Amino acid sequence: MSNAPELRDSYDVAIIGAGPAGMAAAAICAGAGLSTVVFDEQTTAGGQIYRAVGETPVRRAAVLGSDYWYGERLVHALRASAAHHVPGATVWSLSREREIGVSIAGAARLVQARRVIIATGALERPFPIPGWTLPGVMTAGAAQILLKSSGMIPQGRTVLAGSGPLLWLLAWQYLNAGAKLDAILDTTPRANRKTAWPLAAAFLLSPYFRKGLRLLLSVRRRVRVIADVSDLRAEGDGRLQAVVYRAGDGAETRLPADTLLVHQGVVPNVNLAMSVGIAHRWDDDQLCWTPVVDGFGGTAVDGIAIAGDGAGIAGAWAAEERGKLAALAAVRALKPDARREQLPDEAQVRLALARVERGRLFLDRLYRPADRFRLPDGDTLVCRCEEVSARQIVETVALGCTGPNQMKSFLRCGMGPCQGRLCGLTVTELIARARGVTPAEVGHYRLRPPVKPITLGELAALPKNEAAIKAVVRG
Amino acid sequence: MSTARDFDVAVIGGGLVGSAIAWGLAKVGQRVAVLDEGDIAFRASRGNFALVWVQSKGLGMPEYAGWTVRSSEAWGGFADALQTQTGIDVSHQRPGGFHLALSERELEQREQVLKRLHNQPAMQRYDWEIMDRERVRQALPQIGPEVVGASYCPLDGHVNSLRLFRALHTGMQQLGVTYLPNHAVDGIEHRNGEFIIRSAGGEVRSAKLVLAAGNGNARLGPMVGLDVPVRPQRGQIVVTEKAAPFLNYPVVTVRQTDEGGVMLGDSLEEAGFDPTVGTGVISMIADRAVRMFPQLARLNVVRSWAALRVMTKDGFPIYDHSATCPGAFVATCHSGVTLAANHALALAPLIAAGRLPSEQFEVFSARRFHVPAAA
Amino acid sequence: MFQRLPDAGDTTLSITVDGKPVTARAGDSVAATLLAAGIDHCRTTPVSGAPRAPYCMMGVCFECLMVIDGVGNRQGCLVPVRDGMAVEIQHGKRELAR
Repeated sequence: MSNAPELRDSYDVAIIGAGPAGMAAAAICAGAGLSTVVFDEQTTAGGQIYRAVGETPVRRAAVLGSDYWYGERLVHALRASAAHHVPGATVWSLSREREIGVSIAGAARLVQARRVIIATGALERPFPIPGWTLPGVMTAGAAQILLKSSGMIPQGRTVLAGSGPLLWLLAWQYLNAGAKLDAILDTTPRANRKTAWPLAAAFLLSPYFRKGLRLLLSVRRRVRVIADVSDLRAEGDGRLQAVVYRAGDGAETRLPADTLLVHQGVVPNVNLAMSVGIAHRWDDDQLCWTPVVDGFGGTAVDGIAIAGDGAGIAGAWAAEERGKLAALAAVRALKPDARREQLPDEAQVRLALARVERGRLFLDRLYRPADRFRLPDGDTLVCRCEEVSARQIVETVALGCTGPNQMKSFLRCGMGPCQGRLCGLTVTELIARARGVTPAEVGHYRLRPPVKPITLGELAALPKNEAAIKAVVRG
Repeated sequence: MSTARDFDVAVIGGGLVGSAIAWGLAKVGQRVAVLDEGDIAFRASRGNFALVWVQSKGLGMPEYAGWTVRSSEAWGGFADALQTQTGIDVSHQRPGGFHLALSERELEQREQVLKRLHNQPAMQRYDWEIMDRERVRQALPQIGPEVVGASYCPLDGHVNSLRLFRALHTGMQQLGVTYLPNHAVDGIEHRNGEFIIRSAGGEVRSAKLVLAAGNGNARLGPMVGLDVPVRPQRGQIVVTEKAAPFLNYPVVTVRQTDEGGVMLGDSLEEAGFDPTVGTGVISMIADRAVRMFPQLARLNVVRSWAALRVMTKDGFPIYDHSATCPGAFVATCHSGVTLAANHALALAPLIAAGRLPSEQFEVFSARRFHVPAAA
Repeated sequence: MFQRLPDAGDTTLSITVDGKPVTARAGDSVAATLLAAGIDHCRTTPVSGAPRAPYCMMGVCFECLMVIDGVGNRQGCLVPVRDGMAVEIQHGKRELAR
């Protein structure tokens, strides 16, 4: 980005994340004349859902499907706007006073904003099965990123396992691209159908319904699908060699495999929001932490809003509408005289949002991941960074450890570079079950900056005031 | 909910001070309950720097220097006892420690302070020295050009304080201590020679009582006739990713853990009960660490945190027993790691026996803060 | 093990991984380049020494840490590949000097 404008010290609006919510919000804020910056960790705008949409090497449009290419218009709108899009920018801190710590090309900066819209989206729910750390095992989302951004498909024996729309979408895209899939192991509990069924009527009206059904049938026709998988592990010496599973009460089956792609839904990426002290509540339908936000994504921290899947999983189309609402609130607060014709009509946005959110609860119930695959036991690793097992967690509860922060002190779980992103939910749920209380009562890791690693050299080079110097230097 | 039960001693506070005392009490055969808060609490024990530190402690109270030296001497045996009992190696090391100076002025100040400390009457003699840059470089070859010298004391060391925390809790469980989390204490009554402790988790009764609740002692003390004037003082710490071993000695603000992470400290801030991390302060911590060891600049910071020290006006601990409620004790300090060996091996047996000998402990009583103002 | 779609652009860049030449496509991340080259793992852990490979490809899991142009523990999935890059497998704890 050689001709990119210089980064300023302050902006009216800073948006963190250039996915659907962030892109939609940026175009509106900038369009209303607010100075707007969008920080994004990736090298291209789009977020994960529209990852690399402007630059993907996948030539045939039919491979990825029209829902993917829809993202192009959001990227174009962002590019056409006066918003300053900064790719390759890692936001590692955000204060209650809306001072943003951001690292760009190896240098840390502090940027002040009057309003902040956190649009950091979702990440895949941990899938802690035996062997999930073996090379050859990765998430379905990771595999889809390889397809979108690099035009890569698996080679050799490939197994998909898990539950949820993304797993089927990836299978469909792979088949379109000519990849061979050995099997799909569906871990969705059969009993989910019963709890989801009463909500099916709402889902029939969802725009996701027809597309989803068509895609599902198309995949089922072409790949061996094993339903009701009740047990799953990855095996291999130094790398994946086989996937071992059990369907229902059946016998154990062993599938030789080179690649295992796992997925059981997505959850909000809460680290930045939690680090600034935004309250989160346990969502028992989505089995994750969700920030407490108002109808515009506003939080109890003055001037900080959350838009998109980071505010609760609802999908890309909803993210876009929620991005618009957060932007509307920012414009009204900072530029009450903005011309109405420059802004989207709130009522219409809310209507569109309601339409795409319809039937969400049906999906949540239908694809609710099984306890078996959220609550591991024995030597199965929970914390991949510090290599802490499920058994250690449960034994430490017996020592009187009641929550994840005490657990962190005792076992180091959550102390590695991922900062609990891949173990937090598992640790909370394991403690809750062992204590016989709700996850809400157990709580989550207390998160602090930097929420992403920066070098000590970068940190050292930041400006410091007299009080900071006095607090540290002493004889 | 726990119901009323009988214990020889109830320890309020399950941090390093409380659990070291409780472990020591159980070791000498006392039936002990530990009442603790829950997962979210102002736990200095989760935020400490894990030094077992002697140099520079005790200016203004030489008895504190002596008490610190004693704990430092006892630490090796204490760590061995914990490992024998629980199998947990707390990684205690005592190679001596450095306090690096980044200017001639800092080094001079350092020397002045240490001279004043050691010139005090009644100061226990132990080795310490001021080293010039060249001598420091022999021990710490990675120092940067700004390091002009250091003070060094062979008694200094460090441990893995998180494993110490776990070892004490594991040890307590094995010794039959009743650990009661989510028992934040609301009130204490002393009736017919018995302490009745009301807490969020229920009522607990005991013959003796130890307040080891850190900054919470200020509130709890008056319930049993003890004055415990402590206040929170914020300290922030930064930690890097795991690196291959490079630092053979702890430096007062830079130490490498046995797991590889490099801890960088720390700040002294008067911020009340606000444990928020501030960018300016952690930047300053990083700046000084990089000037001491320039190669650190390339390491990634993976976490930072702020914790609240338990601070008295003069910076020294309070150990006291109540005149009005016999059997009630308080132990509070900001060196829960350094003094853990003393708390477990020296203080606990005295509490079990029912009194703190005045010739040794009068100096640590909060009565020192009650000197009438000069007329 | 991954392969490139036949029409997915040319691999015009060349880098080294532990000294051995590997071709890459402009626009790929370092992690993707290693996966396309059939390289099994990008690091061993600092705790047990177990081998690990990229897992999330979106910057959150920190499994793709590797030594890139002499700097240890960089997230390979966030670093765009560049011609002439020298990549090394990260073995356990990072050395201070790199």
